[in-house]
Amino acid sequence: MNPANPKGIRVDLQLIADMIEPGTRVLDVGCGNGQLLDYLWREKQVDGRGIEISTEGVQACVSTGLSVVQGDVETDIRDYPDDAFDYVILSQTLQAMREPREVLEQMMRIGKRAIVSLPNFAYWRLRLYIMFKGRMPVSDSLPYQWYDTPNIHFCTIRDFVRLVDEMGFKIDQSLFLDEEGTSRTMGKSIAMANFFGEQGVFLLSK
Amino acid sequence: MSVDEAISQSVEKAYDPDNWTLPGERVCLAQNEPLRLDNGEELKNVHIAYQAWGTLNADKSNAILVCHALTGDQYMVDDHPITGKPGWWKQVVGPGKVIDTDRYFVVCSNILGGCLGSTGPQDINPQTGKEWGVDFPVITIGDMVRAQKLLIDHLGIKKLFAVVGGSMGGMQVLEWACRYPDNVFAAVPIATAARHSAQNIAFNEVGRQAIMSDPDWCSGDYHAHGKHPHRGLAVARMAAHITYLSETALTRKFGRNLQDRDDLSYGFDADFQVESYLRHQGSTFVDRFDANSYLYITRAMDYFDVASAAGGVLSNAFKDTPVRFLVMSFTSDWLYPTHDSREIVHALNAGMANVSFIEVESDKGHDAFLLDEPEFHKVFEGFLEGCAEHRGLQRKAS
Repeated sequence: MNPANPKGIRVDLQLIADMIEPGTRVLDVGCGNGQLLDYLWREKQVDGRGIEISTEGVQACVSTGLSVVQGDVETDIRDYPDDAFDYVILSQTLQAMREPREVLEQMMRIGKRAIVSLPNFAYWRLRLYIMFKGRMPVSDSLPYQWYDTPNIHFCTIRDFVRLVDEMGFKIDQSLFLDEEGTSRTMGKSIAMANFFGEQGVFLLSK
Repeated sequence: MSVDEAISQSVEKAYDPDNWTLPGERVCLAQNEPLRLDNGEELKNVHIAYQAWGTLNADKSNAILVCHALTGDQYMVDDHPITGKPGWWKQVVGPGKVIDTDRYFVVCSNILGGCLGSTGPQDINPQTGKEWGVDFPVITIGDMVRAQKLLIDHLGIKKLFAVVGGSMGGMQVLEWACRYPDNVFAAVPIATAARHSAQNIAFNEVGRQAIMSDPDWCSGDYHAHGKHPHRGLAVARMAAHITYLSETALTRKFGRNLQDRDDLSYGFDADFQVESYLRHQGSTFVDRFDANSYLYITRAMDYFDVASAAGGVLSNAFKDTPVRFLVMSFTSDWLYPTHDSREIVHALNAGMANVSFIEVESDKGHDAFLLDEPEFHKVFEGFLEGCAEHRGLQRKAS
């Protein structure tokens, strides 16, 4: 548990939770061990659902009383009807999708709004890593070697903002986090967020 | 025991319909209003035999109905009164177990068409004064569930906390959730399917043909002739039993080991342990099961298609259902493989149901749901605990 946060959920998850209105219907795509869904249910009376591929994750979720389906996000997300959820959350997972654009499209189809958090590949430390070491960055938050990473579609904050724009969706709120976990509003300063942000968090609407 | 020994020892009927002496209760339902069956016929004075464990709480909100599979019965906890074997779900149901009889009131009834106390083809047809035999109406999973609903009404329970079951029991669970969504809080269909596949129908047909080609079947009228098609029924059981296991499980248990001998016999004795095991499965089965019941129940499974009442669209069967679901499958189950469960889950998602799904890693085949599978038990228990919290019931003391 994170000592910086008395409620005990990860800082980036807390930022996502803060974007969600109480009593709404939420789908957490790639919900892991269900930390966020559990928090949303207990603190915000959210009617939550999850999709998770790992057995351990699903086991942990169901054992705590959450409604979570074991499955592949990219196929299972197609099951749900249009506008089924108030929010569809994709936290730290977009970069691991085979077809990120299609996943985003589906999220906006089944949800009125979407919340996406992602690692920013243009973060200044990563830029320096490549510049000085000439190798794919490996860090505490990105602990994989290039050949065994699940993260097959890295992007930058600027890339993501452009994609959202191209797809015709709106960004209602955007934050970036530095490595201490301090969050700041992006506003119009994409360049700054793209340089200083280790992660970006976006609330999207249609 | 050989099949011949079993034949000479076996009783003609497991119980005396006029004098119920087996453990548990046996009630007569549909006395005034007949039970309307899917085939259009009506049944009056339907007997249902059941067992119950635990205590029903004051507002009757802690009842769990367990639906048994094809060859199961209501004796799921204590030793079986006829075979003496341990209850088929002893691992799951009991004090402090996954289905905790210290906190829940648990009911398991013999299905309609069964042969351990509930009305079925071996009972007396009131119109003829003789056993029904194949004149018994062809029943469906829906009919079994209607009969269970009569029992639940009889017990004064308006809303079941949960309906759970594996295999054919899982079909009943789906039927309950689809037909009586307001009377079920949570549903746990395990290792099952929303409809029988061609392969499942094919295996059932082999079993039925084995029974019907036994001369002692007497066109279904064997009771009147003082016979019972034990050989046919035993072969049906042997064939079906293979489908409940997996190649890995069979190899682990038997390999090519020989039975009570050092060399091949160059004959047709049970040289291999696996043959001896299957023969034993067949011969012990005939002691407790009625051949016509086997025909009727397998037919009901083949006819099952929970989407048929919803115009063939599975998701419509569960549209906006208030029931909370936990669907579970096992990796090595090739009789009701994971894709059958996924089909249910996809439909539930499309209907915006509250659903959880897990594919449990196991090499024990379809029978895994009856065996000691810690991961399966853990998820199952966790789900029930979560539901208990949502339903305002007491959680397990940790």
